Amino acid sequence: MIELRNVAYSYGGGELFSEISLSLGPGTFHFLTGPSGSGKTTLLKLCYGDLRATAGDVAIFGEDTRRMSRDSVALARRRIGVVHQDCQFLDHLPLSENVVLPLTVAGRAAEAEGNLMDLLRWVGLGAQAEQLPPELSGGERQRAALARAVIMDPDVIIADEPTGNIDWEMSQRLLTLLVELNRMGKAVLVATHDLNLIRAAKSQVQARILRLSNRRLQAAGADL
Amino acid sequence: MKVRIGLLFGLLAGDPQADKAVPPTGFTARLTVFTSAAMAFLAVFALALSLATDRLATRWAAELARTSTLRISAPPDQIDAQTRAAIRLLETTPGIIAARALSADEQRALLEPWFGPDLPVETLPIPQLIEIVEDEAGYDPLGLRARLQAEVPGAVLDDHTRWRQPLVAAAGRLRFLGLVAIALIGLSTAAMITLAAQAALAANAQVIRVLRLVGARDIYIARAFVRRFTLRAMIGAAIGMAAGMLAVAFLPQADMAGGFLTGLGFQGAGWLWPLTIPPLAAVVAFVATRAAALRTLREQS
Repeated sequence: MIELRNVAYSYGGGELFSEISLSLGPGTFHFLTGPSGSGKTTLLKLCYGDLRATAGDVAIFGEDTRRMSRDSVALARRRIGVVHQDCQFLDHLPLSENVVLPLTVAGRAAEAEGNLMDLLRWVGLGAQAEQLPPELSGGERQRAALARAVIMDPDVIIADEPTGNIDWEMSQRLLTLLVELNRMGKAVLVATHDLNLIRAAKSQVQARILRLSNRRLQAAGADL
Repeated sequence: MKVRIGLLFGLLAGDPQADKAVPPTGFTARLTVFTSAAMAFLAVFALALSLATDRLATRWAAELARTSTLRISAPPDQIDAQTRAAIRLLETTPGIIAARALSADEQRALLEPWFGPDLPVETLPIPQLIEIVEDEAGYDPLGLRARLQAEVPGAVLDDHTRWRQPLVAAAGRLRFLGLVAIALIGLSTAAMITLAAQAALAANAQVIRVLRLVGARDIYIARAFVRRFTLRAMIGAAIGMAAGMLAVAFLPQADMAGGFLTGLGFQGAGWLWPLTIPPLAAVVAFVATRAAALRTLREQS
């Protein structure tokens, strides 16, 4: 579904990383780890078309991103659920409307009827549906972001430090939700520097662990 | 054009879901409504000026084209005889409907603005004026001048051509300036709305990021801003137009004070022209905001 072949990314005259190859197929689960500043977030942005590689090939659902128009990227993004560390929301809209937003922009808001409350209950936010995002805790916002990411029934879930601002118990709940989604056949890519989370995941899912450091992507996990 | 108009109506009908994505922005909303109202107010006056000068040019051209004046300058004992001879000659000239010597009262009225009301014109050696009314085809001025020279040596024919043409040209230029003013008002409105739209887009960068993240196309994001600015511009222009029309309606009437400026205003169906200002402001806002939004979104990507 998402293929990176010999990808490099440079900015400001310096190379952030190069020779990166990665394949996110149906039902795969990847953890991406590495030190701060190694380029994890940039690599994720390449995967959902927010940035273009400076070298190499990136294909999203079979389409070369170099030839994709902005509209094509937008349409592809409807098949990719993204969870950000800082959980960007529209702060003037209640949680329910924020979660439905992907369907709204796709002109399919009517499809949310009935399913929305089930989804909010699944992430444990049934009682917070009408609250505004600034009124939610960090963990609630992370789960809301996950609900928004999956409401379109995407093929791929990409999460950037999804447990960065939440406690261990909430991290476990979020991990469980991601594992459930993966079992439904969705490709999951999680960037994190939370090694405890990765260790906890090992018992629940067959995950491939990748480490981005020194400008290269390598398999890791034996030491975890 | 048809597609643009359809798009405009589609926008005005709106998509409540899309509209909600952008939070209401008080400052740019008020700025757009105020600017639009002020520009529409000015546009009403520019329109009134343009229409008034158009009427004036037409009237001057028509009235002056059909009248001429014959001036008899002769010694006092010959003036009556020469006047009668001139009128006889004029009455037999093809293209002239009527020729009439102005009375002493009429000549006094003509001189009154310069010499006051008590001028004893009968005792002064002033020329006798003869008013000539032409038919549609008019007369041959060269032929008439030649005959007058032979039969009425003290007569000077003034067919008004000398001063009619600059007056009509001046009125035409005023009308053109009115239209230029309307065009400048339209461009200024577009510039102001573009700036307000860019400010709104910059203030809502976070909203745009979120919308992009969830798969919104540029046109969807732009539409939320465009509809808002189009409506604001139209509402503002409607307010400005109403105020402008009231101001024009309450200008002093020509018969009360006289002069050119008091003739500024609308007549008959001319009152319908200002009604085109709000929809035109909406079109200007639509085009300006759409271009600004799509350009900004392209630059942000």
